[in-house]
Amino acid sequence: MTYRIELKNVSKSFGEVQALSGVDFQVGQNEVVGLLGDNGAGKSTLIKILNGFHQPTSGEIYFNGKQVRNLTVQKARRLGVETVYQERALAELQTLWRNIFLGRELSNPLGFMDVRRMKAETHYLMTQSMGFTSSAVTPESPIQTFSGGEKQGVAIVRALYFDADIIILDEPTMGLSLKETRKLINFVHGIRAAGKSAVFIDHNIFHVYSVADRVVVIDRGRVAGEFRCADITLDELMNKMYQIAETGSADGETIEGDSLG
Amino acid sequence: MSAMSEIEAVQPYEEQFSLARFARSNGAQLGILGVFFLLWTIFIVSAPETFLSPQIYLAFMSTIPFFAIMAMPLTVAVIAGEMDLSFTSIMAIGMVGFMMVHDATNSILLAFLAALLTGLFAGFLNGVIVVQFGIPSLVATIGTQFFWRGAVLVLSEGKNGSLLYAGESLLHPILVGKIGGVFPMQMIWLVIVTVATWVLLNKHRFGAHVYLIGDNEKSARLMGINAGRVRILVFSLVGIVSAFAGVVASMYVTYFWPSLGDGYLLRTLASVFLGGTSVFGGTGTILGTFIGAFIIGAIEAATVAIGLTGFWTQLIYGLIIVASVTMHSYLRRSLK
Repeated sequence: MTYRIELKNVSKSFGEVQALSGVDFQVGQNEVVGLLGDNGAGKSTLIKILNGFHQPTSGEIYFNGKQVRNLTVQKARRLGVETVYQERALAELQTLWRNIFLGRELSNPLGFMDVRRMKAETHYLMTQSMGFTSSAVTPESPIQTFSGGEKQGVAIVRALYFDADIIILDEPTMGLSLKETRKLINFVHGIRAAGKSAVFIDHNIFHVYSVADRVVVIDRGRVAGEFRCADITLDELMNKMYQIAETGSADGETIEGDSLG
Repeated sequence: MSAMSEIEAVQPYEEQFSLARFARSNGAQLGILGVFFLLWTIFIVSAPETFLSPQIYLAFMSTIPFFAIMAMPLTVAVIAGEMDLSFTSIMAIGMVGFMMVHDATNSILLAFLAALLTGLFAGFLNGVIVVQFGIPSLVATIGTQFFWRGAVLVLSEGKNGSLLYAGESLLHPILVGKIGGVFPMQMIWLVIVTVATWVLLNKHRFGAHVYLIGDNEKSARLMGINAGRVRILVFSLVGIVSAFAGVVASMYVTYFWPSLGDGYLLRTLASVFLGGTSVFGGTGTILGTFIGAFIIGAIEAATVAIGLTGFWTQLIYGLIIVASVTMHSYLRRSLK
């Protein structure tokens, strides 16, 4: 079986700081992978390597079994990776349509944009997928007036619009109301139902357990444990997490040489 | 999940006109238009002989383009969250390139291209300093302003030079001739630069990226926009257009002064900010700058025509600039 995306022995350091060391990570076809780990464990660095924002210091990246070198965000987006960031990666003063098409404006080979079409598609997405019904919101509305959930909706719809088949969600429930969180969890179920893959990062182990096929735990820049949700109960998973937090390993033994910087 | 194929069938979206929405999304432009008409009314009422005759408007169209042309790419730079203080020196270094290549080749066309290339290079260099070395553009362009002015003085040995040879060439009527003996060509060039910048900013990906990096650079980079490249292009654009404005202004007097561009700095910047472009980046319009430039350009003549002494000019500039940017700031907050 070829993985949809695979990292082999990937390390990343920022100057003196070793953010990731020797990480192997895979996302299968139509698989939802939950990524757990403490603040600073390296989750964000890992996803930013998956989506081309950071280039690994060493290691290899494969898409559908083929190695891709010099991955950039543009390249990753063309390969079907879209990211919904914790901070949502929106431009608050700009209009809704500009945010939907941020970085991937519909344009001809000379770079001239099809503004009409972008507004039309935004209008369609607004009414069909984002549930904006109020006439006060148009494709021309600047998004600084939107609520947290609405902004999250913009970031998600943007990921879907480009027909991404690997959707990375970085702490997507942060700052959402209970109702909005439930909507988001349903949305992740929807990703799997549609035959796509996802990487789901969240602090909340309950959210991750309820949507993921597989959970990968990152600790101090390494993969500390990997579990299929079908093979482990929530209680067991929580115990493993405590163990990892204390010892750096899911087996209760300290991983050799894990002292960092 | 919306597949692309479904999306192809989307009906064109027709925005329904709403006066409130129009006012909200064009607040800055309506604001500056209001200021413009208010001032114009004051001018006409106080000095009807001057402001009801076409002569004064032909005079405006002949002198305002020299700095208004540069205000256009400068607007783009400010929207991108950057500042450029070096363009006045780039005007002059472009002309040094012009004269050196003319001396060497005797070709006006090559000289003109050399001026543009010199400006492009100087702007590109600003961009590289800002992007590669991470120097804030306000600081970097103070440095290059001095550097290029210094280069002008060294290369020209501080001497003025007649451009009579260029005055007899075809370039002169093309840049600063008078259509039908009255209408100044530089106004046509201002309109061309204005329209081209507007198209670039509003209809081209480049312009979309300018707004995005000025608004939230981090988001733009997370979504794959090469912010550094956009910045370098923005500074290059300011450079090439400034050199062009330098040629136009020098052709007008068919004379080269090493101090070319001095005195344009604050007028050009004032046009941009008067027009409602935010110093914080992310918002701004070309139409606003266009109107702003005409307000700035008209105040001097108006002060004198109204019967005040020239001493009043700067005071009135100051009042109008402060009042206008206050209005813009208020509009931005209340039209959210």
